[in-house]
Amino acid sequence: MLKRVHFPSSPLPYLLVAPQIIVTIVFFMWPASQALYQSLLIEDAFGLSTEFVWFENFAALLDDKQYLSTFWRTAVFSSLVAFLSMSVALILAGFADRVVKGATTYRTLLIWPYAVAPVLAGALWVFMFNPTLGIFPYFLEMVGIKWNHYLNGRQAMGLVIGAAAWKQVAYNFLFYLAAMQSIPRSIIEAAAIDGAGPVKRFWTQTLPLISPTTFFLIVINVVYAFFETFGIIHVVTQGGPANATTILVYKVFNDGFVGLDLGGSAAQSVILMVIVIVMTVVQFRYVEKKVEY
Amino acid sequence: MTFNFTGTALAAALTLATTAAYAEVEVQWWHAMGGTNGERVNKIAADFNATQSDYKVVPSYKGNYTETMTAAIAAFRANEQPQIVQVFEVGTATMMAAKGAIYPIEQLMKDAGEPFDKSDYLPAVISYYQTPEGQLLSMPFNSSTPVLWYNKDALDAAGAEAPTTWADVKSVSQKLVDNGMKCGVSFGWQSWVMIENYSAWHNLEMGTKENGFAGFDTEFTFNNAKVAARLDDIASMQEGNLFQYGGRRGDSLPLFTNGECGMWMNSSAYYGSIKKQATFNFAQTMLPLDKGLASAPQNSIIGGATLWALSGGSDEQYKGVAKFMTYLSSPEVQAWWHQETGYVPITTAAYELSKTQGFYDSNPGTDTAIIQLSLNTPTPNSRGLRFGNFVQIRDVINEEMEALWGGSKNATQALDDAASRGNTLLRKFERTVK
Repeated sequence: MLKRVHFPSSPLPYLLVAPQIIVTIVFFMWPASQALYQSLLIEDAFGLSTEFVWFENFAALLDDKQYLSTFWRTAVFSSLVAFLSMSVALILAGFADRVVKGATTYRTLLIWPYAVAPVLAGALWVFMFNPTLGIFPYFLEMVGIKWNHYLNGRQAMGLVIGAAAWKQVAYNFLFYLAAMQSIPRSIIEAAAIDGAGPVKRFWTQTLPLISPTTFFLIVINVVYAFFETFGIIHVVTQGGPANATTILVYKVFNDGFVGLDLGGSAAQSVILMVIVIVMTVVQFRYVEKKVEY
Repeated sequence: MTFNFTGTALAAALTLATTAAYAEVEVQWWHAMGGTNGERVNKIAADFNATQSDYKVVPSYKGNYTETMTAAIAAFRANEQPQIVQVFEVGTATMMAAKGAIYPIEQLMKDAGEPFDKSDYLPAVISYYQTPEGQLLSMPFNSSTPVLWYNKDALDAAGAEAPTTWADVKSVSQKLVDNGMKCGVSFGWQSWVMIENYSAWHNLEMGTKENGFAGFDTEFTFNNAKVAARLDDIASMQEGNLFQYGGRRGDSLPLFTNGECGMWMNSSAYYGSIKKQATFNFAQTMLPLDKGLASAPQNSIIGGATLWALSGGSDEQYKGVAKFMTYLSSPEVQAWWHQETGYVPITTAAYELSKTQGFYDSNPGTDTAIIQLSLNTPTPNSRGLRFGNFVQIRDVINEEMEALWGGSKNATQALDDAASRGNTLLRKFERTVK
């Protein structure tokens, strides 16, 4: 029999990965396991009486029509935010890629919104669209549209989608522009010599060549829409009117921190966790196969 | 957010530890009063600290009502709670049920040997915060009640008088709109104004078991034909803009102060804001009455917040809390607070003092809230509410009412759905307190 260890083992590799492991355990595994445990409890806000109920919180959630409709709403919200912000960014990047003069200024200006915190972005949109004080409702009224997102759920949804997508355009723009600039000029020039116009070149050359970036951005944008849009929704609509803008993550916050229903809120965050895991797996297993690197 | 809470709790604990060397006993007071009212809170604490040298009350602003309550609860779970926390009225049942976490004020005053006479306080204000046996659990601090605010200039221009009944509200709205106003009436805090207070005002039951005072096994009854008829009528007033919905809480305030709506029903505590923003003459009057339901109004119920003492502090600290409560209830402090903010005074003496100071003569109508609250001896229907999970239930009511204003449900449907969703939350609460 050969000796199992040919080289003396050294503690160095363990030491080197230790910080990463510790950070993961303390900041990810531990809170996640706490959420898992909490989701099996029914507890009062102060933690004075605790009852272990197995999966009752989950059963109650799946029984709740309000909760189930939140899924559909989140799906619509996330896909629209991702689609809108990515397509706008793609168009802008397509143009920026062709700009010769003043390219830096143009790019810098487009990247600015990314530096705005979600809450501030939300506050901006709140002021612009306030039904009484805002500038946009004033213009909209001129063309006969009555704007009141306090009452109209569709308008409220449109507003948060707009704000969330606007906020993310800069980020997507940055990646698309970088991807486009890394395409070898010779390919584009060869196509141009063969007589392909700018639009044709964009569809047949640029778009397929930047597909890895598109794939990466889909993952990032969906995660963004799922989680980071919380600040915008909190500032703009607080999930209203009549729950029209309550997405999954907002409901977790609202039930847990406003309603003090810790068990139900923890159960929701566990479900959310599972959704994100499933989504990521699906994206990497199936979507990635269609991407040419 | 959790990191924030523990962070601030830690900071509070550190300040507590570093100042322990001084002879002064520190009392932490977490509150939810931002802006101008926050400055007033700081002034009260500073003035109290200046009157004596044994105790030091340290106020800290913890965000809005919900955030403050959540922060205090998170701090309690981490054993870093303040001695005093300001909690809004809908959190009462949650606080009350947390028996090991709270220190009832009446008990605290007794233990600290501080003189305390409940009959000094306005009955309508303290009845909300008593146990069924009559023990006062928390000290009322900022209490208000909804009133009807109106744009005096606009009503005069339209040749209308201030309304006293719902029929008047409708006809005045019509006159206002006919006279070129954008809308007649709007309101905020709709669950509080249009369901909780509407029920109390007409002596209607909102839930069984004396609105929850007599037990946690209460169920909602606000989904009755009387409330539904009123709400349906209001919804129909959206036709022709007699009524316009302007959002939750105080979001609809600009509708009133910009001169779009001539009347606005909301808390008497908007006095300061309206005074600052309105460029027209305004006044307040009592809530309108539905003549078909009652010949005279019962009394309105309060909103606002009270100060709760949390357990886990030292005896010395609670002595400080007791001294501070006495200072806070003194006629001078209360009268000043009342006249500055529009909140009602909590003691009869402060009300009398404001009278003798001539405050109501120079500011007519500012006693509307107190008159409304003390119209009659409160009945089980008008004493207040004690529903668990009421923060969430108010949201449910908000959602269902928005569905009504949006036209996707009628009042009966909306109220029935609100009641059944609310009952589910009540049952959930009942389970956690057992």
